[in-house]
Amino acid sequence: VTYPTGFVPFSLPGGSVRPDVTHRPSTGSWRSQDPPQVDLSRCVNCLLCWAYCPDGAIQVHDAVWQGIDAHLCKGCEICVAVCPTGALTSPGTARQGGG
Amino acid sequence: MTQMAHGAPSSVPLGLAQSRRLLTGAQAVAEAMRQIDPDVVPVYPITPQTPIVETFAQMAADGRVHSLLLTVESEHSAMSAAIGSALAGARTMTATASQGLAYMVEVLYVAAGLRAPIVVAVGNRALSAPINIHGDHSDAMLARDSGCLQMFAENAQEAYDLTLLAVRLAEHPQVLLPALVGQDGFTITHSAEPVDLLPDEAVAAWVGPYHVPAPLLDTEHPVTVGAFSMPDSYFRFKVDEVQAHRRALTVWEELAYAYAHLSGRELLPVEAYRMDGARRAFVVMGSAAGTVKEEVDALREEGEPVGLVKLRAFRPFPAAKLRELLSPVEEIAVLERAVSPGGSPPLWAELAAVLGRGASVQSFVFGLGGRDLIPQDVRTAYAFMTTPSRPEETRYLGLERGL
Repeated sequence: VTYPTGFVPFSLPGGSVRPDVTHRPSTGSWRSQDPPQVDLSRCVNCLLCWAYCPDGAIQVHDAVWQGIDAHLCKGCEICVAVCPTGALTSPGTARQGGG
Repeated sequence: MTQMAHGAPSSVPLGLAQSRRLLTGAQAVAEAMRQIDPDVVPVYPITPQTPIVETFAQMAADGRVHSLLLTVESEHSAMSAAIGSALAGARTMTATASQGLAYMVEVLYVAAGLRAPIVVAVGNRALSAPINIHGDHSDAMLARDSGCLQMFAENAQEAYDLTLLAVRLAEHPQVLLPALVGQDGFTITHSAEPVDLLPDEAVAAWVGPYHVPAPLLDTEHPVTVGAFSMPDSYFRFKVDEVQAHRRALTVWEELAYAYAHLSGRELLPVEAYRMDGARRAFVVMGSAAGTVKEEVDALREEGEPVGLVKLRAFRPFPAAKLRELLSPVEEIAVLERAVSPGGSPPLWAELAAVLGRGASVQSFVFGLGGRDLIPQDVRTAYAFMTTPSRPEETRYLGLERGL
């Protein structure tokens, strides 16, 4: 069979994936609005958003929060829901009072 | 006994000393399973497969195998458990038939897609309704597009041999697909015949240790199985399955030669019977091949240039070999044991597609719900092959005569 240019055959049969060779579909294309807005002054680097994100969109380096990868963020806003400090908010949603 | 595999060196003495036993097809496959000694056998009983699992369960209860026999609540669960087991790193076999196979089909697609090399013994049987427990190939055809390897035995000996071949074929690193080993319900499953069994040690050496590329229980190398696949990757996995089937045909031939050296018996995907100089040919799968061979012999005695092409392999479909054997033939009759209401019978359709325009391939259906193919039916089909008019429609052999 002739594969399209750039196609790399999967290393394991049947769609099984190793942690380091996970195929990443660009789930960011599903998003109908901007990714969540970030207020770094409120972030306490608890990384709950990183743990909950189903698409690996939260970027972390040396255990420090880096940002949201828009190619992977599909806009589910689980991160907004779990953020304990209100550092992450839905785009266009006015931040509610408190903290 | 079938003819020796052509191409095997004749100077090499073939075949180990074997023990000849009087066994039904079901018992023969249970003996094969005992010798293979799979790690896990999740299974649910159903006629006419039941004597396979019943015999094997007795072996397990008597401590003659180390297999874990899982008595699950359905065939759907049997195949689900089998997938987990096979991908965890355990050699896994099961058995089913008819409605059970139908219930299993949803999960068979999963097994094939996840590339789980599970061997399934099938006692081929009609599908309801009306309810019927006897042999035909309707159940197998339901699994036709599942991605499983599919093979059909002519007799109890072949059911035993193909089971041993299926383990190697399914588990081959270039293949990694489930395999359905079909034997016609009752005609083979419940009929006792002389069967030559290889020595236990020879079978143990033949199947060797079980290996899958990414066993789930290898915790040093964690793996995710059954992940979601988007339009950007699903298509590729399906084409990978198609390619694995192509490779399986080559691997099957290699294994058949090796098995011929071990056993002295031919197991190639296609058997050509008296095809030298044949101008007409029958094409058959399963137990009816024995009856057709008898009639081919008789017709040859009468000077008729006729032979038989018997398929052991249905998936992968041995297209190139069939073209090679059947292209020189003027008139072909496919005799098959399944229908596709509103369409063409599946084996006929497959063969017509392979041979292309210009080939004269007549379609005959026989034996639905266990009705026998008798010699007179073969004669009836042959009479149509020698008639200048080319019927466009499928003919039904034995429909009018009753039993």
